[in-house]
Amino acid sequence: MIPAPFTYIRVSSVADALSALQVHGEEAKLLAGGHSLIPLMKLRLATPQALIDISSVNELVGITLSGNVLRIGAATRHFEIETSEVVRKHVPLLAYTASLVGDPQVRNRGTIGGSVAHGDSASDLPVSLLALDAVMTVQGARGKRAVPASEFFLGFWRTAVAPDEVLVHIDVPVTNSGWSYQKFTIRSQDWATVSAAVQGDAVALGAMAEIPLRARQVEAAIQAGNTVSEASRLADEGTSPSSDTRASADYRRHLARVLVENALVEAATRR
Amino acid sequence: MTAVHININGRLHHHDVEDRTLLVHFIRENARLTGTHVGCDSSNCGACTVLLEERAVKSCTVLAVQADNQSVTTVEGLSGPFGGLSAVQEGFRQEHGLQCGFCTPGMLMACTALLTENPSPSEHEIRHALEGNICRCTGYEMIVRSVQWAARNGTDK
Repeated sequence: MIPAPFTYIRVSSVADALSALQVHGEEAKLLAGGHSLIPLMKLRLATPQALIDISSVNELVGITLSGNVLRIGAATRHFEIETSEVVRKHVPLLAYTASLVGDPQVRNRGTIGGSVAHGDSASDLPVSLLALDAVMTVQGARGKRAVPASEFFLGFWRTAVAPDEVLVHIDVPVTNSGWSYQKFTIRSQDWATVSAAVQGDAVALGAMAEIPLRARQVEAAIQAGNTVSEASRLADEGTSPSSDTRASADYRRHLARVLVENALVEAATRR
Repeated sequence: MTAVHININGRLHHHDVEDRTLLVHFIRENARLTGTHVGCDSSNCGACTVLLEERAVKSCTVLAVQADNQSVTTVEGLSGPFGGLSAVQEGFRQEHGLQCGFCTPGMLMACTALLTENPSPSEHEIRHALEGNICRCTGYEMIVRSVQWAARNGTDK
């Protein structure tokens, strides 16, 4: 399978990426690791006229800790997050989640920004970033704006990043509360059939709707003093999972309850 | 057409290619190195795995233009002390790590990357590192043993 023809443009700064987006408009797509976009282009589900390669933009790559915030450049690859001592020490949920993305070859190419901007609810990192209350920063011609993870995901493959904007970095608050990420897959390298992330009092679910969701009912039940097992029974409340080749909607609801319970139990051992 | 320069196995390959040319096609059709296989062509099976700047990647999901001015190692670039075979290749021979052989070039590259990073992996680490490579013949048991053989008998990188 070969993608439809396009023009490849490699840029070396965010400013150049923004200029290229201005020139090519909505016919352009940003390319970083390419592990969501290139498969879609090979299937002709995406046919951009121009690909703007931001993978060698230095200001988009790297992990820095300042105060209580870990800042991760959008073009930082999964393996760098997975193996970073700083991430492992200060936000272990994120390092662990990154280690379960796809397979080693995918983690060697794919980037956190690409995964987040693709906006697939069955992806791993968006779920954990939602539980972590991360903040995404996007940059456009008019400057930068910060978007909390809870407002970033808008629908199936749709996010708050406008066609003329670049996701530049993701800020993750450092915390030492208990954490867990539970991913259920049928095949080892697959997207999650359902996933659940817990960080402290926050609980998030993947693949239970068009976007990753916070399990607010579970969070409220825990706050109100219910047991983990009682609270976990509410994990599928307010969700709208689909039925597809991986699982039926009912099975996904069952998985959500089980995975949330497992995640809460594991997180409690890490307090 | 775009001029692309890729160093493959220590030799510079320069070709003018369409921007949409995949790295695996650059390797097989422009550089004429057909050891790298196209399997699923959808970044699942890992048969097309090569090392790009020393890291394992699926060359069906990388554009040749993205690899411009970078270095690639393919299965043809593996060689070592065991009669021209690398330790990983010799491990596959000793432990019967292949049957039909179609997945083998990708397996060898993924295993080579693993042992470069982690010279004595546990069985769990071997299986985790090979999640991106599918074999329909061996049931993976002999592949795991092949990696263990290579780890015991020395790697060449």
